[in-house]
Amino acid sequence: MGIFIDAFRGGLAMLVSGAADVWTIVLVSVQVSGAAVLLALVLGIPIGFMLGTKRFVGRRMMLVIANTGMGLPPVVVGLVVAMLLSRRGPLGSLELLYSRPAMVIAQLVIAVPMVAAVSAAAVSAVPRELRLQARSLGASPLQVAIMTLREARMGLLASVAAGFGSIISEVGAVTMVGGNLAGKTRVMTTAIVQYTRMGDYGAALALAVVLMAMVLAVNILLTRVQQSAERYEQ
Amino acid sequence: MSAPKPADIVVEGVRKSYRGKTVVDVDRLELKAGRTLGLLGPSGSGKSTLLSMIGLLERPDAGTVSVDGREVNATDRQTRMSMAAAFQRPYLFKGTVGDNVAYGLRLRRVPASDTRDRVEAVLTRVGLQGWQDRSALTLSGGEAQRVALARALVLEPRILLLDEPLASLDPVMKWRLARDFARILREEGKTTLYVTHDQDEVLAIADDVAIMRQGRVVASGTGDQVFGLPADDWIAGFLGMEPSIRGRVLDVKDGVARVDCGGVTLYAVAPVAPGAEVLLGVRPEDVVLFEADAIVPLTSARNKIQAVVVQIDPSGSTYRVVIERGPVRIAAKISRSALVDLRLSEGTPVQALFKATAVRVAST
Repeated sequence: MGIFIDAFRGGLAMLVSGAADVWTIVLVSVQVSGAAVLLALVLGIPIGFMLGTKRFVGRRMMLVIANTGMGLPPVVVGLVVAMLLSRRGPLGSLELLYSRPAMVIAQLVIAVPMVAAVSAAAVSAVPRELRLQARSLGASPLQVAIMTLREARMGLLASVAAGFGSIISEVGAVTMVGGNLAGKTRVMTTAIVQYTRMGDYGAALALAVVLMAMVLAVNILLTRVQQSAERYEQ
Repeated sequence: MSAPKPADIVVEGVRKSYRGKTVVDVDRLELKAGRTLGLLGPSGSGKSTLLSMIGLLERPDAGTVSVDGREVNATDRQTRMSMAAAFQRPYLFKGTVGDNVAYGLRLRRVPASDTRDRVEAVLTRVGLQGWQDRSALTLSGGEAQRVALARALVLEPRILLLDEPLASLDPVMKWRLARDFARILREEGKTTLYVTHDQDEVLAIADDVAIMRQGRVVASGTGDQVFGLPADDWIAGFLGMEPSIRGRVLDVKDGVARVDCGGVTLYAVAPVAPGAEVLLGVRPEDVVLFEADAIVPLTSARNKIQAVVVQIDPSGSTYRVVIERGPVRIAAKISRSALVDLRLSEGTPVQALFKATAVRVAST
């Protein structure tokens, strides 16, 4: 067990002393995944709203795609995004490969189906009659949509948590499109892989603790959401 | 604050089908300004769909809805803003009772202080004084339905649409609320469409009545007209009555007509001429039954006939007893204890009493 104790001591020292390396990595992680999650909400919630409330041709198909997207293998996303952004790819002229925007794009592709599927479920749990009721009191279509999202807010929070949780701990895609460049595109997960390979268990464990803390926080939020979700079932 | 003038609504040629099945096909239906129209019909008769179309929540496949003589549709924001609805299950928004009642006012950008006053006033009106800050999700069914009514009333709509607002309540709460609704609607004097499948509710609340069957309006008029004399056998059955009785007026004395119904003489107060062929109907609750050999106390009931019980059906908390004498068949509504006291069963001879004023008459 000595290995754990030593690594723990070393890692703790790093975190406490504010070793620039470790905290930069954490910061890059939060920036990339934060940006990706925000964009995923902007795109995913309207899609989820459509899927959850409207009846249109192709809806079932889109739901299947969104639900499949939740299980999309990140390495596949990494591969496709890397190919798109590679010098010979269709978006190669943007020169984005091995940059943070490339990582944001890859994480976005992973998170949007997740956010769309979870928010579709949340929105469709709002009774149709409630929307009819809002309309009957004079609400415009936009006002009905705002009311619906407000009613589904706990579920929407869950979609944020699910989206964030899925990409902050993802390693395959970000390595492939980010390249794990120190100080630039190195994030917690890729750094943990790197430090572990180098035998620097202290640094790896320190990052693992921070990552775990974030995932734990997200899951605590999710659990609380689920507890307060039994609202129309009285 | 003076309430706006109530609206006159006319529905003409309105049709709606879902997946090739016609659910509404109404030639004409009128909601008179300031009156409550009770729209009655069995489940699936198209009542709620018709309400949705009148409320501009759903677009008819054909036909028009006119308010004060002007054709309107869902894009007509001003007309939509002059309506408010409450539905069978009182779906409330998450938040407080006050937030729920204020919802429509906020959509209309009513100033906050004004909103507060109006919410307070309307909650008092529906019997929930001071409930503004309670959570809307902790209310009982009856309380929630009051909030739903308040949420509609607070908008001072010219048109109020109520879709089975009492159907999901327990009987005690239902009748308390029905009484309150009737009073509120009478005082408010709004044009109201009240959809229900319960005729007692309609009797308590509505001024005018229309009956729907398979998407069509099969009877309409004042409560007295529609309930007094069923227009056909189906309506009679739906209203718990027997089909109308055919007769011929023998003579008229002091406004009371003596009518021969195939050998049975009935008295009715009606403006008819001797020799006229007429249809007669009696409401089941207007008929009193006695044992055949009972000495009937002196009453003002002109009609007293010896008859035989031919059918007994439970109908909610009461019983519907059909009696027959020759071609005359009449249903009577009696309590369970009366049924026991009279020892009624099929074949029992009885005396039936009802007033001449209780007999509805139509010329043929």
